[in-house]
Amino acid sequence: MPKQRLVVVGNGMAGARAVEEVLARGGADQFDITMFGAEPYGNYNRIMLSNILCGIQDTSEIFINPISWYEENNITLHVGAEVTDIDRASRKVRAANGVTVPYDVLLIATGSRAFIPPMQGLNGPDGKMKAGIFGFRTIDDCDGIIATAKTSAKAAVIGGGLLGLEAARGLLNHGCEVHVIHRGQHLMEAQLDAAAGAMLRTTMQKMGVQIHLEKNTEAVLGDAKVTGLTFKDGTSLACDMVVVSAGIRPNAEIGRSAGLTVERAIVVDNHMRSVDDMNIYVVGECAQHRGQVYGLVAPLWDQAKVFADHVTQANRDAAYHGSKLATKLKVMGVELASMGLTEPRDDFDEVVQFSEAHRGTYKKLIVRDGRLVGGILMGDISKAAYLMQAFDRDSPLPEERLSLLFDLGTPPQKVTLDEMPAEAQVCNCNGVTKGAIGACVTAGKRTPKAVMSATRAGMGCGSCKSLVGELVAWFCGGAVEEDPSIHYYVPAIPLTKPELVREIRERGLKSVSSVFRALAADGREDAPSKPALASLLITLWDDQYEDERDARFINDRVHGNIQKDGTFSVVPEMPGGVTTPAELMRIAQVAVKYDVPLVKLTGGQRIDLVGIPKDDLPYIWADLDMPAGWAWAKSYRTCKSCIGTDFCRFGLGDSMGLAKKIEGKFRGLDTPGKLKLATAGCPRNCSEAMVKDVGAVAIGDDKWEIYVGGAAGSHIRKGDVLCTVTGEDAVLHITARFIQWYREHAKYKERTHSFIERMGIDRVRAVIVDDSDNIGAALDAAIENSTQTVAPDPWRERNAPKTANQFVSVIPSEEESSVLS
Amino acid sequence: MQQTFRIGLVSQIPSGEGRVFDVNGMRLAVFHTRAGEIFATQAECPHRGGPLADGLVDAATVVCPLHDRAYDLRTGAGLGHECAIATYPVEVSDGAILLRK
Repeated sequence: MPKQRLVVVGNGMAGARAVEEVLARGGADQFDITMFGAEPYGNYNRIMLSNILCGIQDTSEIFINPISWYEENNITLHVGAEVTDIDRASRKVRAANGVTVPYDVLLIATGSRAFIPPMQGLNGPDGKMKAGIFGFRTIDDCDGIIATAKTSAKAAVIGGGLLGLEAARGLLNHGCEVHVIHRGQHLMEAQLDAAAGAMLRTTMQKMGVQIHLEKNTEAVLGDAKVTGLTFKDGTSLACDMVVVSAGIRPNAEIGRSAGLTVERAIVVDNHMRSVDDMNIYVVGECAQHRGQVYGLVAPLWDQAKVFADHVTQANRDAAYHGSKLATKLKVMGVELASMGLTEPRDDFDEVVQFSEAHRGTYKKLIVRDGRLVGGILMGDISKAAYLMQAFDRDSPLPEERLSLLFDLGTPPQKVTLDEMPAEAQVCNCNGVTKGAIGACVTAGKRTPKAVMSATRAGMGCGSCKSLVGELVAWFCGGAVEEDPSIHYYVPAIPLTKPELVREIRERGLKSVSSVFRALAADGREDAPSKPALASLLITLWDDQYEDERDARFINDRVHGNIQKDGTFSVVPEMPGGVTTPAELMRIAQVAVKYDVPLVKLTGGQRIDLVGIPKDDLPYIWADLDMPAGWAWAKSYRTCKSCIGTDFCRFGLGDSMGLAKKIEGKFRGLDTPGKLKLATAGCPRNCSEAMVKDVGAVAIGDDKWEIYVGGAAGSHIRKGDVLCTVTGEDAVLHITARFIQWYREHAKYKERTHSFIERMGIDRVRAVIVDDSDNIGAALDAAIENSTQTVAPDPWRERNAPKTANQFVSVIPSEEESSVLS
Repeated sequence: MQQTFRIGLVSQIPSGEGRVFDVNGMRLAVFHTRAGEIFATQAECPHRGGPLADGLVDAATVVCPLHDRAYDLRTGAGLGHECAIATYPVEVSDGAILLRK
């Protein structure tokens, strides 16, 4: 039988998903597929546009199907080609780019567009929308908003619905003063009631977004470019840009011009087929089913499945019966879940409510005949999964209403997994059900990671990741197959760190390449494993380690920290944050001579010359004539200090002197993660020693408290007091012993704060202070050997590069002669 | 018509690393694997413009140093993500790296 021609008008989430469903039913054998998209891209996840605006993701990360997907599936794709005409009599579509394609079956999935309410002065003299006004619907809208926000001081967002608030958050991230203009009496009327809306407003205002309620925009001010807005109440607002997010309108014109029945959108039957034409199907936001037009993603997945079942004849009885609207989302960091009604309809509807405005927690459920017909959860959405399921399935609720809002006693999570029906959607972004996860586990994918990459569950917004993990465990029936690779020291070699150390020692493996040859599958090297192995081999072999530069991260090849533009940073050593006028002058002269783009004081009390091209590094090091500060490496970094006893009237110990001794001892020492130390001359802790990997705090009488496992970076943790010792030598001794034990037992890139929590401070104290394992002397000898044989100052390589073109950023081509034929 | 360009010498790239070459105004990342193979790709990572030649390399993979995006050196395909890079056919003759296009 010859193939039929399936033409899809619209290459957004609905169109592409519908085609995926057709392909999943073997549709490639039945149809030649052609797709038209008005935007010049493959299809992307529109839900993620707000992440792009906020700078959390970039455009490349939100594409669902790359162009290659269309090629692989033999789909003819026309991008940037809006379909302008459907000729139902001759069954042809015509696009703006002149292409005409015949069809046997047509799918309309044109989605919707931003609704721009009528306002005076919307358009400039040229009849086009004034510069500075944007919808918030496409990648192009997003790019325009980001570019304009960079030069705008004040931005207005028209519309206080979900998308408007997402836009406001994004604009805030770009440094604009943001005003949200909303017609209604409270924010997000579709999902929230007045009380929740008011709480959200307070939260948003605290974050710096100005909210104006019950304001109707009358006119846009400015000639060619926006300068402000005026409102019907006579007030006005000056602003440099406007984002309009006042709802969406279905792109249904194509249906109307083709003579199909269009009310709010194109009217379809239960098979998602136009009521006027057997050969035309409609899915997504441009479809109207039983009077409903859906603007959320979940109904779209259901519609795509029904369409595919029907059109491929996999199931000619497949029918869509409408969707119940429930959604989980995050607005400006506030977690929300909303389903069904926001207010009771009559006195018979029962309302169960909890409000804690001060902490931004609000829960409200509307119960009818013992079943959930509406709900709002804000701030704490721990019960959302259970409630959304009860809502979706219309299942009877327990008489004990309090348990609907709170987990009393043991969490009922396990029960919920049992009760969860197979068709319950787990990942809303990618439409993955509990059943699909179960099938995947049955097919042999028995780790969360494997299931997620196979089903794409958890790969959208990521909010369901933990649930996916729990379900995988549940389907594995308690016998959870832990991904063994999480215990390997490096992914390419199936050994834990102690096992790997034993093999390396026994076989005398001293270079990274020899480790791969001896221990990796087929002797195959693995790029991501290389730096971890190099770090381990240095710790094990000290100066006998055979250095292979290709095994090191670029930072360790050129001894600087790589920056986003491929330049590097130069941080000279400055122990304890103490410098001299002569050093400062040299640094200044270097900064001037090499036109250094940024001179920055670091958190480690040093000076960073940032933005240095690779080629300049050797010259800058020579002119500075200071030792390297190792600010690029997984190694001992630096020890900062306070003024201590030299000038401070509170100082109890010579913190600057001790910091210098510490730096002298550990300089250049490779460690599993970076080590940042500090010394403080008194418990006022001005140098923040209590939140460093190791910190020494003077408490008088030559006594020092030693803190370990502190952190004040992405993770914040106050260090644990390991012990109190007398004298600087004792500080150095205990610090050295701790560092060596950490070197021998930590995973690669495991900072001391996680290491301490994994080991437990009591165990650390027993080993280091009480020598419970009788390894103290061995640790002391090992660290002594390591510090004595540490590699010389790597900035000396300025005179003797280790590899060909080590500091050359671009190798020039060889004259004309490079063209040979 | 096919042209052959002489990019440079294998010895200009240390084993297991990459370097950037300027070939008549076009910048290429050229890799010299430990197995002795030579690969050429576009110089910048399509994700955020990272310098691929500074990445970690194994027999058939390069990992961008900025955000750890990995690419297959033979095909240019992204490994575990949707970006892809252009690859260029090169061969070695007498220690010289030749590009045909």
